[in-house]
Amino acid sequence: MADTAAPLAMGAERVDRPGLLQRIFLHNVPAKIAALPMVATVLVVFVGCVAWTIYYSFTNSKLLPTGKFVGFDQYERLFATSRWNVSVWNLIAYGSMSLVFTLVIGFILAVLIDQKIRFESAFRTIMLYPFALSFIVTGLVWQWIMNPTLGLQGTLRGLGWTGFTFDWIANPRMVLFALLIAGLWHGTGFCMVLMLAGLRGVDEEVWKAARIDGIPTWRTYVSIVIPMMRGVLVTAVVIIGSGIVRLYDLVVALTNGGPGISSEVPAKYVFNYMFSGGNIGQGLAGATMMLLTVLIIMIPWAYLEFGGKGRRT
Amino acid sequence: MQQSVSIRDLTLNFGSVKVLEHLNLDIAQGEFIVLLGPSGCGKSTLLNCIAGLLDVSDGQIFISGKNVTWLEPKDRGIGMVFQSYALYPQMTVEKNLSFGLRVAGMPKAEIDQRVARAAEILQIQPLLQRKPANLSGGQRQRVAIGRALVRDVDVFLFDEPLSNLDAKLRSDLRVEIKRLHQRLKNTMIYVTHDQIEALTLADRIAIMKNGVIQQLADPATIYNKPVNLYVAGFIGSPSMNFIPGTLDGETFTANDGTRIPVGAYDFVTRLSGATKSVLGVRPEHILLGDAARNMPFQTQAEIEIVEPMGSETLAWTKVAGVPVTFRCSSDIPLHVGEKVTVGFDIARGSLFNAESEARL
Repeated sequence: MADTAAPLAMGAERVDRPGLLQRIFLHNVPAKIAALPMVATVLVVFVGCVAWTIYYSFTNSKLLPTGKFVGFDQYERLFATSRWNVSVWNLIAYGSMSLVFTLVIGFILAVLIDQKIRFESAFRTIMLYPFALSFIVTGLVWQWIMNPTLGLQGTLRGLGWTGFTFDWIANPRMVLFALLIAGLWHGTGFCMVLMLAGLRGVDEEVWKAARIDGIPTWRTYVSIVIPMMRGVLVTAVVIIGSGIVRLYDLVVALTNGGPGISSEVPAKYVFNYMFSGGNIGQGLAGATMMLLTVLIIMIPWAYLEFGGKGRRT
Repeated sequence: MQQSVSIRDLTLNFGSVKVLEHLNLDIAQGEFIVLLGPSGCGKSTLLNCIAGLLDVSDGQIFISGKNVTWLEPKDRGIGMVFQSYALYPQMTVEKNLSFGLRVAGMPKAEIDQRVARAAEILQIQPLLQRKPANLSGGQRQRVAIGRALVRDVDVFLFDEPLSNLDAKLRSDLRVEIKRLHQRLKNTMIYVTHDQIEALTLADRIAIMKNGVIQQLADPATIYNKPVNLYVAGFIGSPSMNFIPGTLDGETFTANDGTRIPVGAYDFVTRLSGATKSVLGVRPEHILLGDAARNMPFQTQAEIEIVEPMGSETLAWTKVAGVPVTFRCSSDIPLHVGEKVTVGFDIARGSLFNAESEARL
């Protein structure tokens, strides 16, 4: 977006004052007409719904969005609710671990596959397969595997290893890691494919030059190749990050927030209050907080990335 | 003279494909060797073997008297410059030059001194704080040469360093590489498919085909006395004219019956009896008018195409039933359809055995 915005802004500065309005509205008219439906969609669906959400989060609406304005009451209640607070901490913990591990494991897998191994495409397909499954299916499969009585633990105990314990899914302190296993299984393959594309984009002669310079392989990756993959990394972080924030279906299928409330997440909280709890005002307050969190993270990043004229490389 | 690089019986196979077979090459200290050939002839492969970027299947490589066949590239005492420059894009020019030395743990003062020297030699001091993305192609290639320079090595390897540049920059940088060689007096091995680069830069040229060195000699010998048909046809632009025929004693009879006396030719081997052979004459050794009259062979030829090239003119005609090009001064007016007298300078021509393709 900044790519198109910058030249436009520069062009506008050069134009004489009488021509400015004319230029904004009449320049390249067909393109502007073609973009109108999308502009309308963005305005109504994104901006409109966000405004609607924020407005009704300040009301005491229950089953229908009809309540009267109550200021910050819903937010006070939100942060007084332990289920919400647990949800937020769960998301922070799961999100940071998921982001780091997906990137690291995805990168390492990509590096391994990039070693000109045999059956590369077979490995790639196997790794990417989980991504083709929905989170619901992923959650169900891992629920069976990790179920203490039916799954891995039960099977190994049945085979005679009676001391074997793998009950993370039922353990409030470990359930987040159970969630993490399923999430990583689902997402690392895709991250690997992205990283592999980035690795393949690195000129082979750069590798040769690094060998002549006597730079160890790990150092070449860290100091030369990873900086060259910046675009791919940003893409991967955005995709993984958006998956983390909207984390919902995996939790529903795998643990349904349990045991107790130990694996609740914000999206599930919002959904429950809006559609089954009959408390729209409370749900929308949660949704607004999620939006605010995303903005707090995104705005400084966008400023760093796109701000400052001509600073982009 | 002391050997700088010496290659013994080098063989390289990719699976069952033999890329290089029993290749031998000795390069003297301070010599500028050009490996020349079409793509796929094994010249880059040979360079990569010398650099240690490819493991050889058999044979040995010595650099400065040391057997380096199984050493890592960094321990071979070489610097290498690549076609795509292969700079580290996220680092400034200065970091590009110094990164290898810093990783090797060299003291900072020494690094600074070497970088300063390389920057001075290549005149890239004003560019040191820039990133490669903000440099032109020629500047990038200079930085790439600088990265080889700071390593302070005995042997420089160039892998088609000028192929990504436009014609003007290419000839500028060509002169600079030559100047660099005269100043540093290092051994340089230079791979190219461009014969002009080869002829202008090299002390000796190795012409390669299918992994075999066809001829290894100084540019003048390569140009004037090619050892076989392949070398004769590869070097020279426009290409040498070839007239197929039969050689018997000192008379060459072209396939259409034209008899050309070749007594003035300096034979490498004298053959007895009639031999199928090919007479090769370079376009500039076909003379016109008065000059043609002194030549052992003259004939009338009709001009078919005229290509004025500024300093000289190329003309297409037919002699002895085959198309022949000749080169003459642009002062001589030539017209299509005109009949002119052309004479062959047989003493400077070449004769090849049609079967073995070797020089006679």
